[in-house]
Amino acid sequence: MRSARTIALTALLIAADIAASPLSANEIPQGERRSGYSFMSQDTQAMQNDDTNNPGMLWVLDGEALWKSKAGATGKACADCHNDARTSMKGVAARYPAFDKTLGRPVNLEQRINLCRARHQEATPLPYESRDLLALTAFVAQQSRGVAIVAAADPQLEPFITKGRDLFMQRRGQLNLACTNCHDDNWDKRLAGSAITQGHPTGYPLYRLEWQSLGSLQRRLRACITGIRAQTYDYGAPELGELELYLMSRARGMPIETPAVRP
Amino acid sequence: MASALINVPAKAKRGEIIEIKTLMSHIMETGYRHTTAGEVVPRNIITSLTCRYNGVEIFRADLFPAIAANPFITFFTVATESGKFDFEWIGDRGFTETASASISVE
Repeated sequence: MRSARTIALTALLIAADIAASPLSANEIPQGERRSGYSFMSQDTQAMQNDDTNNPGMLWVLDGEALWKSKAGATGKACADCHNDARTSMKGVAARYPAFDKTLGRPVNLEQRINLCRARHQEATPLPYESRDLLALTAFVAQQSRGVAIVAAADPQLEPFITKGRDLFMQRRGQLNLACTNCHDDNWDKRLAGSAITQGHPTGYPLYRLEWQSLGSLQRRLRACITGIRAQTYDYGAPELGELELYLMSRARGMPIETPAVRP
Repeated sequence: MASALINVPAKAKRGEIIEIKTLMSHIMETGYRHTTAGEVVPRNIITSLTCRYNGVEIFRADLFPAIAANPFITFFTVATESGKFDFEWIGDRGFTETASASISVE
């Protein structure tokens, strides 16, 4: 009887301890940060290494054609204002999401492309995850390949990064997991057969073998949120943007790999 | 907007064995999947890839529904003479795509 009471008390204390402990103060030290690339098999790395093996390049090629094609009421192509993407777009993906003054909030690369379409081409926005939007984003981001991420430097972004960090640390869903529980605390372990990884968004939009397609960071985030059996956010939701921003701030200094390949 | 990525060495020695890599943009819909409404998503795959080396067929592959989207096919051949490789993909719903690459053999 007495021992049963002790066990119950101990269990209560442990439960109280878990509830009271901070979710994670274990941010990954700079020197231990690793791209998802380093968790992959050699075969998958080989797909990413050679542009003629990398299926993401199919979208980049489409994006290059779209860059030069005229769109919208003004009949302008991206190239008519931005000229050669190899020089004008170099380093751009490394600093997104960025603060948009008119909207007063951060926008990611996809949203920037659509804003540019609306404001300067007077064209209809491309739907999230449509082939054209992924292709243009991949083409623009590929120009920054090898450039170190510098996103989240703008002081105006500060409150949004904090919100993103809070979302990252917040437990949610039926499995009651926060992003940090896997991607800060357990990135050196495996979940079933798969490496957990640190969750650095260095190669988006990327070709995921599971998707058999290119996909955006928001698609990846939604898949992860569904995986912990939580209610996901819609594409373009402020929460996803804030998470995206926090992740980019967490990956500062790491080189862009777009279009990456992941399993 | 389908596009292909071809990798053929630009130069080779006569008699050298060379690797040819092809990557084709295609959804490769199996025909075995259903929509949420229960309707079958019709099959839409590439059914064959042919490669001709200066007009002579040197490689042909038949593709089936188990092959992943954006099929990546590589094969080897012997570089015999300078000239052109012509690739042709044929598939469901009248899908045809062609691409070519040149090689100079010394």
